Amino acid sequence: MEIPSGSLVRSHCVGTTAVVYASDYLNKLTGEKIERECRRQLDSGCRALVIDFSDTELVNSIGISILLGIIDIAERNGAQVVFSDVNLQTVELFDMLGLTRHVALARDEHEALLSLSDFDTTPLSH
Amino acid sequence: MEPSTQKLIHTFGALADLGQEVANAGDFNDMVQTSMHLLLGTLALRRGAVTECTANGALSCVAIWGLGEKLFTEFVITEAERRQVLENRSFLFAVKEANEGFFGRYRDRLTEKGIELALPMIVRGQLTGFVLLGGKASGDEFSHQEFDTIRAMVRHIGVGIHTHRLLEQVAQRAEENRRLYEELRAIYRDTVKAFAAAIDIKDKYTQGHSDRVGRYSEIIARELGWSEEEVEGIQIAGYLHDVGKLVVDRDIINAPYHINAKQSSELSRHPSAGYEILAPINHPYADIPLMAKYHHERLDGRGYPDGLTDEQIPLGAKIVALADSFDAMTTDRPYRRRRSFTEVVEDLRQNTGTQFDGKVVAAFLKAMLREVKGLTKERRIIKMLGKGYLEGEHVPAMLAELIAELESERHSVAGPA
Repeated sequence: MEIPSGSLVRSHCVGTTAVVYASDYLNKLTGEKIERECRRQLDSGCRALVIDFSDTELVNSIGISILLGIIDIAERNGAQVVFSDVNLQTVELFDMLGLTRHVALARDEHEALLSLSDFDTTPLSH
Repeated sequence: MEPSTQKLIHTFGALADLGQEVANAGDFNDMVQTSMHLLLGTLALRRGAVTECTANGALSCVAIWGLGEKLFTEFVITEAERRQVLENRSFLFAVKEANEGFFGRYRDRLTEKGIELALPMIVRGQLTGFVLLGGKASGDEFSHQEFDTIRAMVRHIGVGIHTHRLLEQVAQRAEENRRLYEELRAIYRDTVKAFAAAIDIKDKYTQGHSDRVGRYSEIIARELGWSEEEVEGIQIAGYLHDVGKLVVDRDIINAPYHINAKQSSELSRHPSAGYEILAPINHPYADIPLMAKYHHERLDGRGYPDGLTDEQIPLGAKIVALADSFDAMTTDRPYRRRRSFTEVVEDLRQNTGTQFDGKVVAAFLKAMLREVKGLTKERRIIKMLGKGYLEGEHVPAMLAELIAELESERHSVAGPA
């Protein structure tokens, strides 16, 4: 079921995996909303995050910093992060900056969820 | 796209955003936090903090990312260490290589938390604070070009913080000046009121007269829609309108019965004398000396000292003139009891257009009518006139009738084109 969150970031859960949709331009405003949504999902027991970039055209420096923060929080929570449907230009940027050393990339949301099916998704107790 | 070109474009975009951000005069913490994100995101650094030097040498954390909610330890820089940082003019410290000085002391705590670089922000020869940075997400070493980028961005952040603090100081001083100015105005008002009381003491029959004229003038001016500053000014003019009486012989002022022509001529000097006393003073309000000088002028030109007519008399002087006459009619004098309110209204009816300005009289009556009808929170006129003076069922009707007369007369004088 899709969850319309208060921060206007689209997201939904598949088991203990949260799929969060990034907007067309990942900057300070939208980045902070995504970060809040990811925190909320992790706090409510999600063990994996899929951030879907299918609508995302551009990611700026603040967006990069916020994504690194999300990766950090997920690692501290023992959660996996997968970026899905990232356009070529953004993949090159993530590659160049070393983000791809910390997250897996998937062609689309389906592939991302499949890749996470091997991962232990037992809910964390809070 | 070539990775080096892409990196250049990414860095260029971040620098452009940073320039805009530091110039943003909005929320300080937001500006620093965003600037730090821009720096971290340019090179994909996983953690960082921006700290600011406080007066006692402690570093206060202004922005933090990837290091928890607050700085993991309290940093205090000594005066000697501060001087050392400024003298070395080094803009970048590799934390793990620091063996002495400020970073030598905190090296282990910093490296434990993954801080690799520390950059002092030096603006106009002052140490504003430090930017602490973790390693790159790629795990690679920093290149020289990346060091240059970091230094350039940290300088921007330092200038942003310095400028913001300067603007805060300017705003604080402006606020202090405003408060000081308010205090001076209050002192000025209190001094003038004390002076007014001193003027009235000379005349044993009119104690409190200047104070009441000030208050009536204020009420009329407010009713006429004057600005707050102008209202304050006319109130002061009311307090000081009789200051010239200080040079008139006390016996003439206190004469229990009607005075002779010579004494009357002496008493008539007081508006001009008042002007001479008040003119050299730099008042914070306009035209106070003129209002004192012309408060005995009449619209028909039969007033004194200059025999001015309607348009020649400043509106402020017309207001003070009405307030002065009204108080004279409604208080006991050495040679007569005060008049009844019905008589006062009749006097105003008879003398409006010759002695008093119709617009000013109507404004005063309207303010009075609202008080009589209980439509105002305060009943200042009623209080000044004393209990019972404005009572009676006929009073509101009497006031309303004269207001209507004055307004219709004014309308007919102005006339339709």
